[in-house]
Amino acid sequence: MTVAVNPTQAGEPVFYLADEHPHPEGYSTSLGFWIYLMSDCLIFAMLFAAFGVLGANYAAGPSPKDLFDLNLVAVNTSMLLLSSITYGFAMLTMQQNKVGQTQMWLLITGMFGAAFIGIELTEFAHMIHEGATPQRSAFLSAFFTLVGTHGLHVSCGLIWLVTLMVQVWRFGLIEANRRRLMCLSMFWHFLDVVWIGVFTFVYLLGVLR
Amino acid sequence: MSPDLLKFIFGRLGIDSLPFHEPILVGTFVMVALGGITLLAGLTYFRLWGYLWREWFTTVDHKRIGIMYMILGIVMLLRGFADALMMRAQQALAFNGSEGFLPAHHYDQVFTAHGVIMIFFVAMPLVTGLMNYVVPLQIGARDVSFPFLNNFSFWMTVGGAVLVMASLFIGEFARTGWLAYPPLSNIGYSPDVGVDYYIWALQVAGVGTTLSGINLICTIVKLRCPGMTMMRMPVFTWTSLCTNILIVASFPVLTVVLALLSLDRYVGTNFFTNDFGGSPMMYVNLIWIWGHPEVYILVLPAFGIFSEVTSTFSGKRLFGYTSMVYATVVITILSYLVWLHHFFTMGSGASVNSFFGITTMIISIPTGAKMFNWLFTMYRGRIRYELPMLWTIAFMLTFVIGGMTGVLLAVPPADFVLHNSLFLIAHFHNVIIGGVVFGAFAGINYWFPKAFGFRLDPFWGKMSFWFWVTGFYMAFMPLYVLGLMGVTRRLRVFDDPSLQIWFVIAAIGAGLVFLGILSMLMQFAVSFLKREQLKDVTGDPWNARTLEWATSSPPPDYNFAFTPVVHDNDAWWDMKKRGYQRPLMGFKSIHMPSSTGTGIILAGFATAMGFGLIWYMWWLAALSFIALLVVGIGHTFNYHRDFDIPADDVIRTEDARTKLLAGAK
Repeated sequence: MTVAVNPTQAGEPVFYLADEHPHPEGYSTSLGFWIYLMSDCLIFAMLFAAFGVLGANYAAGPSPKDLFDLNLVAVNTSMLLLSSITYGFAMLTMQQNKVGQTQMWLLITGMFGAAFIGIELTEFAHMIHEGATPQRSAFLSAFFTLVGTHGLHVSCGLIWLVTLMVQVWRFGLIEANRRRLMCLSMFWHFLDVVWIGVFTFVYLLGVLR
Repeated sequence: MSPDLLKFIFGRLGIDSLPFHEPILVGTFVMVALGGITLLAGLTYFRLWGYLWREWFTTVDHKRIGIMYMILGIVMLLRGFADALMMRAQQALAFNGSEGFLPAHHYDQVFTAHGVIMIFFVAMPLVTGLMNYVVPLQIGARDVSFPFLNNFSFWMTVGGAVLVMASLFIGEFARTGWLAYPPLSNIGYSPDVGVDYYIWALQVAGVGTTLSGINLICTIVKLRCPGMTMMRMPVFTWTSLCTNILIVASFPVLTVVLALLSLDRYVGTNFFTNDFGGSPMMYVNLIWIWGHPEVYILVLPAFGIFSEVTSTFSGKRLFGYTSMVYATVVITILSYLVWLHHFFTMGSGASVNSFFGITTMIISIPTGAKMFNWLFTMYRGRIRYELPMLWTIAFMLTFVIGGMTGVLLAVPPADFVLHNSLFLIAHFHNVIIGGVVFGAFAGINYWFPKAFGFRLDPFWGKMSFWFWVTGFYMAFMPLYVLGLMGVTRRLRVFDDPSLQIWFVIAAIGAGLVFLGILSMLMQFAVSFLKREQLKDVTGDPWNARTLEWATSSPPPDYNFAFTPVVHDNDAWWDMKKRGYQRPLMGFKSIHMPSSTGTGIILAGFATAMGFGLIWYMWWLAALSFIALLVVGIGHTFNYHRDFDIPADDVIRTEDARTKLLAGAK
């Protein structure tokens, strides 16, 4: 922050702003949201750490090789990555003030997100059906918690997305809504980054192990 | 009603969950109920509900939220201290075959509740309250970055406190010690609701703490007035910044570790179990990765308070401002590299233990630098021994002792002898009481006139001071002795009669501290009655140095009629020295955030959800969760959250102050 008035230039020191403007609405929002994301990142870091410690404790139960279907996970990963691209398109059209197209891209993003959740739930159901429940071993506890927490975040993102679509529909692309879409954008891409970590450390390294 | 339906509605809650068989609890309940009814009746009789709701519960003003945090902290201090008195009495009595007066399952709850309440619901609210009140004023801001979030954070903290208090009369609290180590805290060994109360109280309050951390970081980074560069920030603001960074970077860890413990308890996963590959020691590691930064979260703001107080009452600029800032930052970083010293006996091996022993000892270097800075600030200063300064001096003497016993404990071989002994208990009370509590009291005495417009009564303040300080030494020095003799913590009865005298001395010490607390309450009452005599019309009763003293006491809603411009450290001192003239005209309307009831409503639902989860009332948990979502999302549909204080109101407020100031001369 620069000093508004330099006392040596003005002669008399100025100790207050006679004519000031309040900070614009949402002045601190992006910083605040970044800090929130970093605290959320720490939650995932802890879950990764727990998986790192417990990930090989199969307790004579199934191991990643027995459970993971990499093809399915690859499809799932592509769903999430595509949703990030389409969210990017939503932001681009938002910049051009095109409400209809923004809404369309948001809808597509939401559909990719829902597909991701659907595939993940199918995978979970399949594993549980085979007896690989979260209670079976510490490895599975850590697996379901890490992947499930990510899925829970995506689900929250979906609720948020729908809320914002309603708000854009009702109030248009006003300043506050643009700011909110920007926050959700950061959240969405953040979940993508976390998923890359999950894909690498849980699935790929798990199958290699 | 069929038992199934009853079970659906009440979960595990039944008549036998109410502690009718515990005379101590029934007596407490009767007293609390009578007190509560009197309070509620009084509020109704004097028609204060509307006032409280409009002006306090729904407020987004950082000053009022700060005051409410302080009230929460002081109320919970009474509860936490009642537990302390009971423990001291039990240990002083339970000799020569006597069982004392507390049965084992009650005693275990008492020591758990004492630790949890003192850290989470006394120390944290006191520290957060002071930061909330003072930081925006010190940086020349009108409020925090996210005022609504601030209100919500406060009520979430209250929600956690409500759950802990509820456990006193509905069911029971954890019997695990304040960090609830598994496997003891797991469902097999703690099947009752105690640990669930613990988990959900901390989770609800933890959300509030994390959000308030984010809020204050943003406030300090974004809302400083023109000219206040980072290296011109008051030291209290610096320590607050570091503390809030620590909060944001450590409370998520607590959230995760408690979530994993609840999964173990509710779902039957195997994170911290002894079989199926679980690892109880992972819990201990994870919780101390939060727990060690937590002690710095508490003590750094106290260091900030002592810095402000020392320089104000020595009439000098703080010695070594830059080194003070760097020492704070170094402590912030180092606090993440020492967690393992809480369990050297885990068996991690000599090299790991040496690493953590050395990092622990290194922390004493920046802390020592601070101590010398304060001493050099006092050196050749014109020291005024007002109450804040007395607490500061008591802190310096006491904290050095606590720090030295800490360095002793940091030596792994010594720790193997002293681990979990009363020596440890004496050590951490030595630093937490000597550091955090004395700091909070220094802060309360220092900023009270700013908050309420009158000073606190010095006579009762000194009574409180001397009872606390002498009581502290009498209560905890014997514990060092006992610890060296090998007495471990959390014992309920003793075999060796030669130990009794030390416990009796400690109990007398606790009694003195009790008198100290009563004197403090007396101090508040007497000061209120003598408020005309103790009035502060200048807004600067201590001839202080930082910006909060530039405005009136109490400050107007908008803090500063014009945003200050800063040219130097100790901005207000600089303004006074260079003949600053308070502006008398040209006032404009001021943009401020509006009050909202959403924060308290959301926190209410979160608390109800916690209660439902504790008692397996799934319908309550589900309904509250849905209500949380609906109200939370509904709140985002309100786009108009600010209003303007009309220029006329500003002129009226400022003119009133002009008259007051003229009267003072």
